[in-house]
Amino acid sequence: MNRIQQLFKKKQENVCSVFVTAGYPKLESTVDVVLDLEAARVDMIEIGMPFSDPLADGPTIQKSSLQALKNGMNIPLLFEQIEEIRKTSQIPIVLMGYLNPVMAYGLEAFLEKCKDVGVDGLIIPDISLETYELEYRYLFTQLGVPLTFLVTPRTSLNRIIRIQNNTETFIYYVSSSATTGRSSNFTEQQESAFLQFNELKLTVPVLAGFGIHNQETFHTVCKYFNGGIIGSAFLRSLEKGQSAKSFVSSLI
Amino acid sequence: MKYQADKNGYFGVYGGAFIPELLYPNVEELKAHFTEAKEDEKFLSAFRHLLRDYVGRPTPLYFAPSLSLRYGANVYLKREDLNHTGAHKINNTIGQVLLAQRMGKSEIIAETGAGQHGVATATVCAMTGLRCKVFMGEKDMARQAPNVARMKMLGAEVLPAITGSKTLKDATNEAIRYWINNPDSYYIIGSVVGPHPYPEMVAYFQSVISEEMKKQLLEKTGFENPDMVIACVGGGSNAAGAFYHYLDEPVELIIAEAAGKGVNSGKSAATSVLGSPGVLHGSKTLLMQTKDGQVIEPYSISAGLDYPGIGPQHAHLIESNRAKVFAITDDEALDAALILSKTEGIIPALESAHALAVLEKIKFSGQTVVINLSGRGDKDLETYMNYL
Repeated sequence: MNRIQQLFKKKQENVCSVFVTAGYPKLESTVDVVLDLEAARVDMIEIGMPFSDPLADGPTIQKSSLQALKNGMNIPLLFEQIEEIRKTSQIPIVLMGYLNPVMAYGLEAFLEKCKDVGVDGLIIPDISLETYELEYRYLFTQLGVPLTFLVTPRTSLNRIIRIQNNTETFIYYVSSSATTGRSSNFTEQQESAFLQFNELKLTVPVLAGFGIHNQETFHTVCKYFNGGIIGSAFLRSLEKGQSAKSFVSSLI
Repeated sequence: MKYQADKNGYFGVYGGAFIPELLYPNVEELKAHFTEAKEDEKFLSAFRHLLRDYVGRPTPLYFAPSLSLRYGANVYLKREDLNHTGAHKINNTIGQVLLAQRMGKSEIIAETGAGQHGVATATVCAMTGLRCKVFMGEKDMARQAPNVARMKMLGAEVLPAITGSKTLKDATNEAIRYWINNPDSYYIIGSVVGPHPYPEMVAYFQSVISEEMKKQLLEKTGFENPDMVIACVGGGSNAAGAFYHYLDEPVELIIAEAAGKGVNSGKSAATSVLGSPGVLHGSKTLLMQTKDGQVIEPYSISAGLDYPGIGPQHAHLIESNRAKVFAITDDEALDAALILSKTEGIIPALESAHALAVLEKIKFSGQTVVINLSGRGDKDLETYMNYL
C-alpha cells in the first residue's frame, strides 16, 4: 500500500492537498515549501512540474511555471529535491504536470525514478482515459506508479465508472469547466453537481480541485468529497510572502 | 489509406487526442458531428456551393512558362492565392463554420499567427452572423497590423495573447483555455494540428485543392498525376490539402519548411530536422523542444511558418519517407518570391515562396511539377520592400 492509499485508509474526510510549482518562487524553494506545508498539517502535496505551455492553467500557475523555468527548474533536479524531502518526510507526494517534459525525460525512466525516490502518484491531465488505455496503462501498472484521472461536471456516468476502474489512489474532481485559479465562490449549480456526484457513492476516494481558494470553498467541497486541492490560492499567498502555516490555518 | 488517420486519430505513431478531461466532451461532440456531416449530401453541397460562389473556386491551375523554361520542368501553380481573402485558409473556415452552424453554435473562436486564418475566420463569421473572437500574440498584432484592422472591420474581436512568447503558439494556448472556460463556443483551428479530429478534418476541408488539381491536370496534360507536388509546411494545412488525393499515388510529395536564418543558426523553424517526438496542443508530433521538453520558440521570416510543431500527418509522411523535406532559408524564399514576381507577374505570400524556392534545389529533366501557391503576397509587402 503506498502513502496515498494509507492516507485515505486513516482519513476519509477533510483531506487537504496543496499544489506547489516545483522551483517556485526560488529554484531551491521546493524542499522548504513542502516541509512547511507538512508542518502546517497538510495531508498531501502535489508538486507541479513546470511546462512552457500549460494549457489547462490560469494566469497564476502559468506565471509560477514560467518563473520556475526561468529559475532553471527541470525534472532531474526535482527528483533530487524529492530525495531531499524523503530524508525527513513521509507525506504523500503526487507529481502533476503535462506530458511533454515527461516524454522528453523518457516515460519508463521517469516512472522508475518516481518509484525510486518515493513519488506516490501522478496527475498528467493531457493523458486522457482513452490514450491511457491505448498506449500507457501497461507501463504505469507494470512500474507501479498510479495515475490519477480528472473528472468534470460534464463527464458522463459511463466514463466515471471506467475512470473509477482505472483508479488505484484517488479521482480528481474538477469543480467547474474552467482553467485553474478562479476565485469566485461556488454557484448553486456547481453545488448541485457536487451533490449529484456525491450520490454516485464511488468506491475510490475523490478530491475536488480548481477554484478552491478560501475556507468557505474548502469547507463546501469537503461536504461532498473526501477533501480538496488548493493550488493557485497557495501560490498567490507564497508570492505575497505569507507563511505556509498561516495560509493553511486560514483555510482548514 | 495507410497515410490517413486511423479511428483513434493516429497517423502512424503521431496524432491522437492528448487533451485534459475538461475538453473531452467538446472534442467528442465535434467528432460525432464531423463524422455525420461528411456523409451528409446536404452539408457537402452547401460547402461546395460556398466554395464556388463565395470563395471563387475552382482556383486556376496555371502553367508557368517562365519558371518552366528556367528550371527545365513543366511547372504548374495551383492558384490558392486567388481565393477570397487571399489564401487557402478560407477553404477550412468555410467547412468548419458550416459545421459550427450545424451544431447550433453561436460563438466562434480562433487562433492566428500572421492573421490570415484570423481574417478567414472573421470573414466566414461575418457571412454567417456568428460572434467571432480571434486570439493573436501581442507581438504578432504589432507585426501584422493590417490583418488586425481587417478582422476588426469584419466585426471580430481580436484578443491579444500576452503570455509566453506572445506569438502563434501562445495564441493557440489562449484559444484552448478560452475553449475550456467556454465549452459552448466552437474552436476553428487553422491548421492540421490539435487533437483528433482536427488534423483529419482540416485536411478533409482542404482536400478540395488536390481534388481540383487532378481534374485540371487531366484536362491540361491527359494525366491526373504530376511527378511531384510541392507545398510549404508550418502546421501544414495547405500541404495536407495539396497532398490529400495523391497520398496513395505514385507522386513525389515535397515539403518546404522554414530554415529561417539556417537550420543550425538557432533561428529556424525546420521542425523535421530540429524536432523530436513530443506533445503540444493536443497531439503527438515532431516538436522543437529543449532536452527538458520545454517548447522552443521557432523563427522564420514568414509568420505563417513559425510554429514549433508540424501536423501529425506530415510527421508521419516524413518519418515513413513518403514525403521529402527541403529546408528553405529566409533569403532563398525572398529570392524565389522575386523571381516569381518578375517573371510570372505574381507576388506570392512569403510562406508560398518557400515552396517555390525548392525549384532551385532539384535538377529537373522535364518532369511535371505542381506547386501549391497557397497565398498572395500583399501582407508581406513591407518585408519585400526591405529586401529589394
